[in-house]
Amino acid sequence: MYVIIAGAGKVGWNLARELIGKGHEVTLLDNRRDRYLTIEQELEHAVQYGDATELWVLERAGIQRAELVVAVTGDDEDNMLICQVAKEKYLCDRVIARVNNPRNRQWFELLGVSPVVSATDLILRLIEHEVPSYGLVHLLDLRDEKLEIIEIEVDRGSIAAGQAVKDITIPEGALIISVLRGGDGFVPKADTVIEGGDEVLLVLDPGLEESITKVFAGPDGLRP
Amino acid sequence: MFVLIVGAGRVGSAVARSALASGHQVSVLDEDPLSHERLDAGLDTTWEEAGGRFTVGHGIEIEALLEAGIEQADLFIASTDGDNTNLLISQIAQKKFQIANVIARVMDPARAEWYAEQGLRTISPTKVAIEMFEHAVSEV
Repeated sequence: MYVIIAGAGKVGWNLARELIGKGHEVTLLDNRRDRYLTIEQELEHAVQYGDATELWVLERAGIQRAELVVAVTGDDEDNMLICQVAKEKYLCDRVIARVNNPRNRQWFELLGVSPVVSATDLILRLIEHEVPSYGLVHLLDLRDEKLEIIEIEVDRGSIAAGQAVKDITIPEGALIISVLRGGDGFVPKADTVIEGGDEVLLVLDPGLEESITKVFAGPDGLRP
Repeated sequence: MFVLIVGAGRVGSAVARSALASGHQVSVLDEDPLSHERLDAGLDTTWEEAGGRFTVGHGIEIEALLEAGIEQADLFIASTDGDNTNLLISQIAQKKFQIANVIARVMDPARAEWYAEQGLRTISPTKVAIEMFEHAVSEV
């Protein structure tokens, strides 16, 4: 596969090295001359000097035949526009962009650039999962499919505790897919009784977190 | 007409003043508070006393755009010193806020041309300069 990587920071350089190691053809682009000179000693012709937001730089790198464009500069505007041009002007089907500031994620979506990778979001997700004081954990977000999978602890004082699955009223667009109890996970049936202390996994449409929380969290809401 | 100008450099501030003088409502957004002085320059009063609006903030921050009145804008001008910022915020104005009249300053002539083909009105000072030089050369 031929891959163009824009931005030769730590992410871009290591990505280029890994992809080359896996046998892919890579061109890495960076507009910082000192950075280019350093990396050129290792990657030689696989790195080119130039501003990847400029069309001639992308064309010199052979964007017309690129099968994947990865934009991982430290600048969100650059990453968005590189991917937009790669998709819309050069008809490259596959682009991946790095989001530096999670608040800019909406603009990547607005320009039709996806998927995006945000280190901040990934670390936040890990914190949610690793720090047990969070009651609701996002396990998986399928943005394009508009689905997410969450895990939530069932409070003993919640509406759901002590009720059979079929009797628990959950919002349209949500489904209980698994129950974790005492270290074991199982798929619940309609008459399975949910107990306080269980952890339940749900698949749901985005935006339903709050109404789900009302069903499984205690009267005081989630623990802080 | 309500005009929102993002980027109060030499170009943005001059266009802001002339739009205000023509009787339009003008709001200016710039991340540098000092750029306000460029708006005052040449006016007898301050920019606000003359009827202008000024907001400090970055054009890719939605709060700043809203505070500057993007929802009321009839004309949006992106004239910061960064091509990429201008190309992004003008598309935000078009696609998110459905502003019919959007103009972006794009120094890079190649991208100015391509984005123009995609339906974005671009002005490329570099392209204008190149044409003037070419004309001057041909006259020698």
